[in-house]
Parts: sequence; C-alpha cells; structure tokens
Amino acid sequence: MKQFLRNKSAVTGTIIVGILIITAIFADAIAPKDPYQMDIWESFRPPEGLRGEYILGTDDMGRDVLSRIIVGSRISLLVAIIATGVSLVFGVTLGAIAGYVGGITDAIIMRIMDLILAFPSILLAIAIVASLGPGVVNAMLAIAIVRIPAMVRVTRSMVLSLREEDFVAAAQALGLSHTRILFRHILVNCYAPILVVATLNMGTAITVEATLSFLGLGAQPPIISWGRMLALGREAIRTAPHITVFPGLAIVFTTLGFNLLGDGLRDISDPQLRGR
Amino acid sequence: MIRYIVRRLVQMIPLLLGISILVFLLVHLSPGDPVRMLLGEEATEEDVERLNAIYGFDLPLHIQYFRWLSNALRGNLGDSIRQGISVTTLLSERLGATLELAVVSVIIAVALGIPLGIIAAVRRGSLVDYFSMILALVGVSTPGFWLGLMLLTHVALKVDWLPMFGRDGSIFGGLWILITQMRVDVLLEGLRHVLLPAVSIGTGMMAIVTRLTRSSMLEVLGKDYIRTAKAKGLNNQVVVLKHALRNALLPVITIIGIQFGAMLGGAVVTETVFAWPGVGRLIVNAIRQRDFPIIQGGVLMMAVVFALVNLAVDISYALVNPRIRYD
Repeated sequence: MKQFLRNKSAVTGTIIVGILIITAIFADAIAPKDPYQMDIWESFRPPEGLRGEYILGTDDMGRDVLSRIIVGSRISLLVAIIATGVSLVFGVTLGAIAGYVGGITDAIIMRIMDLILAFPSILLAIAIVASLGPGVVNAMLAIAIVRIPAMVRVTRSMVLSLREEDFVAAAQALGLSHTRILFRHILVNCYAPILVVATLNMGTAITVEATLSFLGLGAQPPIISWGRMLALGREAIRTAPHITVFPGLAIVFTTLGFNLLGDGLRDISDPQLRGR
Repeated sequence: MIRYIVRRLVQMIPLLLGISILVFLLVHLSPGDPVRMLLGEEATEEDVERLNAIYGFDLPLHIQYFRWLSNALRGNLGDSIRQGISVTTLLSERLGATLELAVVSVIIAVALGIPLGIIAAVRRGSLVDYFSMILALVGVSTPGFWLGLMLLTHVALKVDWLPMFGRDGSIFGGLWILITQMRVDVLLEGLRHVLLPAVSIGTGMMAIVTRLTRSSMLEVLGKDYIRTAKAKGLNNQVVVLKHALRNALLPVITIIGIQFGAMLGGAVVTETVFAWPGVGRLIVNAIRQRDFPIIQGGVLMMAVVFALVNLAVDISYALVNPRIRYD
C-alpha cells in the first residue's frame, strides 16, 4: 500500500478512474440537465462556461453536451468492465491450460491466438460486429475477443515459470488434482501481471468502444455513448466544433486514467522497470 | 540467411490459411441472409433461390469455402453485391492510398519518436524527458479518429494550405516525378493531402516509439561497454549515436512491424473522417450497405498485407541482428 501511494502514476490513475466510476454511478444526480431533452431553439449553443446555462454548449438538437457526456460515461465503463471481464475469464483459463498442460493443447491454443493477432485488432473488432450486427452486446463480445490473446500470453508465461517451482512439485507429491494445483496454487501467484494487463485492457476497451460507436456499430440510439456523440458532432464540425471536442476529451481522460493505473501497477509489481 | 527466409515463408502458409478460414467464417456467422437483405422485403422465394444459386450460398459451407479460396488464390474475390464491380478491382484501386497513408504515418512516428526518445533518455529527469513522457502517455490514450476530427476543425479549417478532405495523386508518384523531371509540385500536392490523416494515425505509434526508445536507451546506456567507451575518452555524441543507439533500436524495429497493423486498423476509421479513398473507407461503406464480398475481400487483404509487413520486418531484423538467424 505504501508503495502504491508513493507511485505517482498509480495514484493519478486511481483518482481519474475513481472520478469515472462515481460519475457513472451518480450520473443522473450529477447531470445538470436532462440529457434527452431536445429544444430546437437552443441548438448549437457554444460552451457558456461554469456560470452559463449550458456549460459545454448544446448539440444539433439543443441537448446539453455536458449532461450527455456525464450519462455517456455509463456505457463506456460498462462495456470496458464486461469486455475486460470476459477476456479475463477466457484468457486466464486458456493461458493457464496452455502453460500447464503444454504439448499439443498449448500449440493449438497459441496458434488460435496468433490467428487473432494476425489481424489489425480494430479491424477484426469492426469485422466481428459487422457480421454479428451492430449493438452494445456484440461490441463487447468483439472487444473481448480481440483482447483475449494478451491475457492468454501473460498467463501462459507466468504459469510456465511457476510450474517448475518447488511448491508445485510438493502439491503434486501430495496427490492434489491438476485443476486444484492450477487454480488454487499456481494462478493465485500470478495475479499481479494479469491485473496489469486487465487494467490496460480497460483503457483499450474504452477507445475501441468509442471507435465502434463512431462508425455506428456500437451503442444504438437512444443509448448515449461518447463515440456516437462524436459521429453526430462530425456532421456539424464547421459550425459547432465544440460538440466533437468534449466527448473526445472524456475518452482521452478516462483512457489515460486506466493507462496510468496500469503503468503504476506494473512499476509496483516489477521494481526493475521503475522509471522506464 | 536464405534458409531463414525460406523457413519464415513456409511458416506463413498455415497462418494465411487460418486467416482465410476466419475471414470466410466471419461473414457466414452473420445472422441476416445477405440475399434477402439485398432483394428487400417483397422478393419472391424464386428470386431468393436464383440469387442464392448465383452466389453459391445454397452449397454446404466447406464447399463454399474451397470455392471461395480457390477463386481468391487466382485473384478473384467475387463481385460487389451493390456495385456489381469485381472486388479485386475495387481493392486494388484503393490499396495504394491505404498503404501510402500507413507508410507516411509510420515515417512520422519514427522520425519524431526515435529522436525524442533518445533525448529523453540522455537527459533523463530533465524538462524534455518529462514533456516527452507526458506526450507519450497522452498520445497512447488518444483515439486517432478523434485527433483527426480535431485537426480538421482546428488546423485544416484555419490553414488554407491544408485541405480538409480527399487525396490528390500519390506521393510515391510525386517522388518519381521529382527524380525524373525535377518537379516538386506533384509531390507537394500529395503531401498536403496526406499530412493531417497521417498525423492522426501516427501519433499513437509515435508515443509508443518514443517510450520504447527511451527505455531501451536507458537500459543500453547503463551497460558496461558504454562505460568502457566513455572511459576510453570517446566523445559523448559518438557513444550515444554509434554505440548505444544501434543496440537500443533493435526492440524498436520489432515494434514497428506490430504497430503497422495498428496503422492499417487506424486507417480504417481515419479514412472515413478524411474521406481518404482507401481500403478502410471502402470496408466501412460496405458494412453500411451489407456488401459482404467487399467486407470479406477487404479484411482478407488487410490481414495479408499485415502478415507480409511482419515477415519483412522479421527478415530485416535478422539482417541487423545475426543472433536471430541461428535460433
């Protein structure tokens, strides 16, 4: 804990991620206006600052941009958590099996991972959603699939090195089942690097979700998402550039938070890397 | 060396086969019936069956795959459902634009990232170091397409010299004209158009290159042979640029290959923002129109280009680093 508090990246990242989580949970209470409320007479109002009625201005339908960003944080966080969770479960299981069992099972799992990595990941995510059909659930699935290989690789390499440790030999000598050794003894010892990859995956998931929604493949109306706000704002880029500025800043800010937290956790778990 | 290249080429075959199966299955996972979607609600059963027969959608899946693969190997990726034009023609007209965009992005990333990384490492803890690390963190966290939107509104709209959309001539063609006819206008025209989209895609990679160069340089600068070189009384610049940089750049070369995929992926979205006439924009438009042969062919082509680039990077890596060849 002391180490954590001394690490600037980890602390800054935690603060940003904390802000995101609080915003998402209390979105309805924080949002100054109803994010769905349209008022054509108020459309394309420029940002008015903290004293104004519309702090970050309004969009083409006269809806409050700030309120929409606040409520939009929900879908970003939700997609990031679920997609990362799914890739965590499948990635860790597959990686652990590959590392522990070895042989042909390992070869098959790793060749499938190579295949996923053979595609530019954003393109693969786009292609998966394009074939399954647009929507939040399919977007989550696509993001989870493209992030599985990173999880598999880190888990496998950890399991490979831990497999040779004395405590594993001892557990085997005691006659414990392989499943028990793998999940109760080996995996509990590799949570640190897995946590780092999962945190960094959260940041990627937010960016990929925004990209998919920007292309109209992610969240569908009436769900408010930052990517869709950018797509709508793009239509009015000459007259009202503020509509595209702020949702983008929200994406950068939250992704930055997860990246900082991931970097910080890596520094703490691997002191050799500190300051690099 | 030739043996190494042959071995890597042979290793490519199962990968390419896997890519083709995955691309083929992707489209066939699709819940909607493409023919019914194309013909619309009021199509009769006979119409649907007739078109199914034309496209071969009524055959068993594995037969469809082998048919598609053997055609693809002969350069026939089918015809666009909407436009009726051969997919190979559509793709080959646009591949150059996408490659140009990706290559210029990589050049920008490397040309800015490596020097920045070196300076940050040599002046560790200085203002430059601090600035470059912040830049690297923000760069990695910024989606390229949004950066593109920002460059459009805040740069292209204000600087007359930079156009907002499209492409005008190839910069490779422009380079050729410069060499043969001593005219720069074609090259400049091409550069003018490619600059902003390339910066939006390349910034993320630049961030990664800066960071990796810095950490790799820091590691090498701590090695004994660097201390020896300095102890010999060699000029600091010579030590950094000749002794350290050469070894520090090896991991950077590998990341360039991996990042090229990110450049191609980034191009898909950024091309849409800048109306860049490349493969990415073609794919995105095809998705909107559910034009499956184009999606299939486009994704296949991008994956194959990515695999070839990685092969080229591996080979050049083996050329620079002899240890690899004898593994």
